[in-house]
Parts: sequence; C-alpha cells; structure tokens
Amino acid sequence: MSDSISRRKLLTGAAATAGAALATTARADDPAITEVQPWNQELGDGVDVAPYGVPSEFEADVVRRNVPWLTADATSSINFTPIHALEGIITPNGLCFERHHSGVALVDPAEHRLMINGLVDTPLVFTVDEIKRFPRENRIYFLECAANGGMEWRGAQLNGCQFTHGMIHCVQYTGVPLKHILAEAGVKTAGKWILPEGADASGMTRSIPLEKALEDCMVAFAMNGEALRPEQGYPLRLVVPGWEGNMWVKWLRRIEVGDMPWHHREETSKYTDLMSNGKARRFTWEMDVKSVITNPSPQAPITHESGHTVLSGLAWSGRGTIKRVDVSLDGGTNWTTARLDGPSHPKALHRFYHEFNWDGGPLLLQSRAIDSEGHVQPTKDALRAVRGTESIYHNNSIQTWHVREGGEVENVEVG
Amino acid sequence: MSKWVKSLALVAFVATPLAAADLGLGRPATEAEITAWDIDVRPDGQGLPEGQGTAADGEEIYNDQCAYCHGVFGEGEDRWPQLAGGEGSLADETPIKTVGSYWPYVSTVFDYVHRAMPFGYAQSLSDDEVYALTAYILYMNDIIEDEEFVLSKASFGEVEMPNESGFFPDDREAEYAAGEPCMTDCTNGPMAVTMRARVLDVTPETEEQ
Repeated sequence: MSDSISRRKLLTGAAATAGAALATTARADDPAITEVQPWNQELGDGVDVAPYGVPSEFEADVVRRNVPWLTADATSSINFTPIHALEGIITPNGLCFERHHSGVALVDPAEHRLMINGLVDTPLVFTVDEIKRFPRENRIYFLECAANGGMEWRGAQLNGCQFTHGMIHCVQYTGVPLKHILAEAGVKTAGKWILPEGADASGMTRSIPLEKALEDCMVAFAMNGEALRPEQGYPLRLVVPGWEGNMWVKWLRRIEVGDMPWHHREETSKYTDLMSNGKARRFTWEMDVKSVITNPSPQAPITHESGHTVLSGLAWSGRGTIKRVDVSLDGGTNWTTARLDGPSHPKALHRFYHEFNWDGGPLLLQSRAIDSEGHVQPTKDALRAVRGTESIYHNNSIQTWHVREGGEVENVEVG
Repeated sequence: MSKWVKSLALVAFVATPLAAADLGLGRPATEAEITAWDIDVRPDGQGLPEGQGTAADGEEIYNDQCAYCHGVFGEGEDRWPQLAGGEGSLADETPIKTVGSYWPYVSTVFDYVHRAMPFGYAQSLSDDEVYALTAYILYMNDIIEDEEFVLSKASFGEVEMPNESGFFPDDREAEYAAGEPCMTDCTNGPMAVTMRARVLDVTPETEEQ
C-alpha cells in the first residue's frame, strides 16, 4: 500500500514539475534520464527465480478486494476484480473475482468424478482425464455475478468500479461442449432440464433448461491457457455463457437430467428479483447489456493537468455482442459514440475508448451500451421506476462518475 | 413471456431425444454411486428419502447445531440468514425474506439443509434429523402449528408455503426501450449531482482516499 501511495505522489509530483517547467523558459533536467538507475547498471535475477512469474512489485495494489460488511464470513462471501487497473478484455486468472458459498474446495483431480444421471439412457461416470478425451473448444466469455451492482440500487454507495462493477471477469475457457457429454449418456425424450451440482461443501445446484445446455454450455477445465484456479472450480466448472455467474457451477461433479426445474435454494431464496409490489421474478438468467467507465473512476483518478485524456471502459451483454457504446461528459445530456477496440465475441467483454481534451473542469461521466439485440442500457432512474430498489440482482443501469477539478473522481447520482 | 419460456414450450413439441453417442468414454454409474450423490429434492417430493421428524424433535438439534448463526428464534445472528419472521413484509421499504415470508417450496428447505448444513459440517445430518429440522423451521414460522406433526415423505404435500404464488417468470423484455437512444439535449437542462457515495463512506480503505 505504501508503494502505491508513494507511486501516486511521485506521479502527481512529476506532473506538477512538468507544468512548472512549461511555465518557465528553463526546463529542469529529468533525473530519470540524467542519473544512472540501479537497473541500468546492476545484474537482475536469473531465470527460475520466479518459476511461476508474478507482476512487478510496483503493481502490488492491483488485487482482488472484498467489502467486509457485505457478508457474515469470508467462507461465504465475494471479492471484486480490480477492473479499474486492467486493460483489454481478458482478466488475468489471479484477479478473477471469487464467490464461494462454503470456501474454496481443494479437489484432488485424481479423486474427482463427473456423473451424468437422471433421465438418460445410461447413467455414466467420467474421470477428469476422460472429459479431456472429448472434442474440445476454446471460447471467450464474461462471467458476471447477478448481484454485480446490487449495493447501488438505493443510491451511490461504493467509491470504485472495482466495488460497483467488479463481480465480473472474462477469460478464454478450454473445455468440452456439454452436448457431447450428455449425448454420451443419451438424454431421454422427457428430459427438459439439467441440474449441475458442485463438489464443495455447499453442494451448489441450479436448474438450467436443456435447450441452453445443448446450445452453448461447456464443461471447462482450463482458463486462459492453464488449469482452472481452485477458486474458479478446479478441476471442472460449468460454463453457462451470458447467464448469471451463480449458474456456472464450480467443482462440477454431477449433472442430473430431469423433466422440471428443482427450485433449489439458489433459484428461490436467492437469485429471484423482488419487485416493489412484493412479487418476485424468477429464472432471470440472462445478464443484460451493461457498461462502465473504468478510467477515470474513483480508484483511478486523472493524475495529469488539463489536456489530452484517454477515457476507457468495458461493455458486455449476455445476449450477444456489443454494437455500440456512447459516452457522456455532462451527466447524460449529450452523448458521443465511443471507439470499440479489440475482439468482439458474443457474451464477452468489449473494450471501448473515448479520447478527449480535458479542460481541467468538472465532468459527469457516463457510458451507455447497446447490444446486438438492440437493447439499450437504461438509466438508474428508469430501472428503479420499474423494479423498485429491493431486487438486488440484475442492476445493469448507467453509472455516473463525478470528476472534480484536480482529477479526483467520485461515485454519484445525477438529476 | 420470456424468449426462454417460449422456446421451452416449443421444444416440448419438436424436441427429439439427444441420441446416445458412442465415443466409448465413461462407464456406467452403479446404483450405490447414484444413491450416494443424488440427494436432490423437488417441490413434488421427488427425491425425498424415507424417514420422519417433528418440530419437537428438531428443536434440540436446532439449538445445538443451528442457533449459533441463525439465532434461537431464527432471527439470524450478525449477517447470517434470518430463517423466521418477515410475514407480509415483501412490499415494504425493507422487506425481510425468510423461509416463512419468501421461500415458495418446503422441498427447498429439506434439500438445502440436507446438502449444505450445518455450515462447515455439511451432510452430517441423518434423514430423520433433516425432517425434524425442516419441521422445526416451519414451526418457527407458524407454518406448522402442531409441534408433534410428523413430517415425512407421506405428509410433505400437506404443508402449504404462504408465498408459493409470489413468483412470476422473467418478463424483462417488456422493459426494454425501443429505438435509437437520444444523443443531444437529452435531459431537462444541465445535470447536477444529487447524491454522493462519500456521504455514506462505506467503501473499504484501499488506497489514499
């Protein structure tokens, strides 16, 4: 932490020095150039000092963080991806947010099995090695917790997109299409739903329509080229593209086929969306179109004087690709279409940029995404008008950041 | 009606079974293996084991194994889930969602306690104990009024959950605005800040702030 503070002060100091230098005719020589730095002179570590490499020590503040008051205990809790500090669309494995219901199961892959049972011709058991003998595919998908932004329904609450939008990650999965595994067992005509189940102490279960299972679900064993991390379900996790993260059962050990949904705890008590009339929506599986500006944001203020500024952010939709992102610098009165850059995969993060000349004055930053279905990200007020403030899940509303003179940024609401 | 509910209805007419492939992978599961893992229970009672229990039986188990987190009266300690109370609060400013006020099916209680409780010692309860605990949680919620009512596979269907009809299918499609969004002069005058996160000051200290 002290590293980050001193680094920030150094950056701010450097900007001030540069400004002062411009104001006078004599420019001070930059010691970063005129003085020989230790790394210019001395030998560094040899190979194998870090057999599994880690980020620079100057990036030590780029970590997952939690909000301790949210939950009773860390074993049934959530932390947040530091999206304010990341680039592109791929989340590094060690920074993917975690949500566990009974802690991280440490599973020995040699002792792990996947069972297919229920309405199938032949109930089958597979080892992890056998799963890897099915035809594989590689797909980039985001995973978003349905409660992402859940603390913001009543109003601006947490200062940082890591906390307001960080229950999301996006990686490349390697795995087996679920339809291949189900076909090996043979699904009976009456089979309409599946119930994936985890091997952890919560025995996580969710009901998923068979049609989704056959469309694009995967049983993944790798993320970003390496084995799944334990906290992401090692050795096997279900991938349910575009749908609530809770359905992506980790430590996947069993899939039952049935003719109706099971209405288990995570699809009745949780992950149902209470409206203001006291009735609740259920089976709200798709994650709707959404975006957020990651820079500038409360944890990533503008550290330079007025001038050329890069605004950057993420957009995604569980229903397809992102067609367009608009940004506003004045709280939603006027909009400009942002520049999308990088790959555009369905049900994956998209990166957008907007470069502009900052006059150094206050800004009210917003982004608004439109997906390939034509759905437009709603304002917070529009969403609250139809859903009230108690539905916890599926808050895909437009976020506002207030940039003050000096570059500091705060989570606000506008009207 | 959501696209998914519609398409599911369609599948019912056109679906053909997913024919067995023949990659020769996996091996048949044994009956004992399926019994060991397949403990899930549905609202229609499918999956319920033999056995029985009463609220009177469940009270002692509850006080020993559950009350530390969920409270002696199901009120919930700290931020652990509240199990009882909250009737009629779902449309309030601060709704209280408990087994009694919110959960639509009693099967969910049995299934969840059986698979995931007690927290940190899952699947340690016998089937009779799970029946008894389920009965006691219902008793705490005044859903069962007789503490000697025997909850079992046979009597399961007699329990009526107050909020069973409190749920409706995903209808978000009706919310989506149609057409191109406004690009200029979209608000009634300039926008101003109406609320700040800093006022609440609940963000964890992470960096200099």
